[in-house]
Amino acid sequence: MTDTPFVIAGRTFKSRLIVGTGKYSSHAVMAQAHEASGADMVTVAVRRVNISDRSRESLLDYIDTKRMFILPNTAGCYTADEAIRTARLGREAGLSEWVKLEVIGDERTLFPDNEALIEATNVLVKEGFIVLPYTNDDPIACRKLEDAGAAAVMPLGAPIGSGLGIQNVNNIRIIREFSKVPMIVDAGVGTASDAALAMELGADGVLMNTAIAGADHPVAMAEAMCHAVIAGRLAWLAGRIPKKMYASASSPVEGMVGR
Amino acid sequence: MEITLNGERFELEQPLSVTALLARLDIDPRRVAVEHNQDIVKRHRFPDVVVGDGDTVEIVNFVGGG
Repeated sequence: MTDTPFVIAGRTFKSRLIVGTGKYSSHAVMAQAHEASGADMVTVAVRRVNISDRSRESLLDYIDTKRMFILPNTAGCYTADEAIRTARLGREAGLSEWVKLEVIGDERTLFPDNEALIEATNVLVKEGFIVLPYTNDDPIACRKLEDAGAAAVMPLGAPIGSGLGIQNVNNIRIIREFSKVPMIVDAGVGTASDAALAMELGADGVLMNTAIAGADHPVAMAEAMCHAVIAGRLAWLAGRIPKKMYASASSPVEGMVGR
Repeated sequence: MEITLNGERFELEQPLSVTALLARLDIDPRRVAVEHNQDIVKRHRFPDVVVGDGDTVEIVNFVGGG
């Protein structure tokens, strides 16, 4: 079945899976997992260079930047100003206008501060950024982000790193219906079926980090996620059957032996 | 003279351009972004922007994240 290409702000991606670069046991394992995932976009964080210890290898030595598009994030920012400042630094370091915008509202849940997120989106869009905001699974917040000029909306499935899977299936479905920009389910995926479910609900893509990096075998999990996203997408395009309360026989009810 | 570099106090003998500061710190200028007194320094301006006494400099790069 032919699919429409996965396009965000005019840029086409081969894979609908976007993967992170954090929490891996080594850069080498990360590179292998990236390869297995089939992803062509990876997220990175923007942090101070370690001045006293310059011996550490650079993350970018392990990312094939010819194949992978780099999406800097503003993880760890708790105000619109911090996120805007970090986005500007990320643009300089990466030489692209794209940012995964995070403005966190609470330390324990890492839930977004929607008000600050919308404010930061407004500012960054005016500065020419392609803003991909990580947001609550809230259709109204997503609509406001889209109105502010976000290039995609990225509702969470569950708290970052929780692996709980999609907690509010119906909201994700509603956000898909409301949004004219791509919807990417970002955060909360624990295993392959969670990613497949996101795609079956109509997500245009799935973004994950911990589910792969934290698995016992990250490279195998990356491969599983690759298949799950493809399977879920195909199922969405194929159009699933409605759910029914009672059985409906698959074999003919006529012609039974001895009746 | 003293500057604040990535939140820490840092001694310099004399004012330096951003290019010279990065070279002294053994940092590849192609992989970092620099803020000077809270203003972004565009890469092509690294040779021209001079860091002097009391200035605040932030040098960031990409690390693993989700």
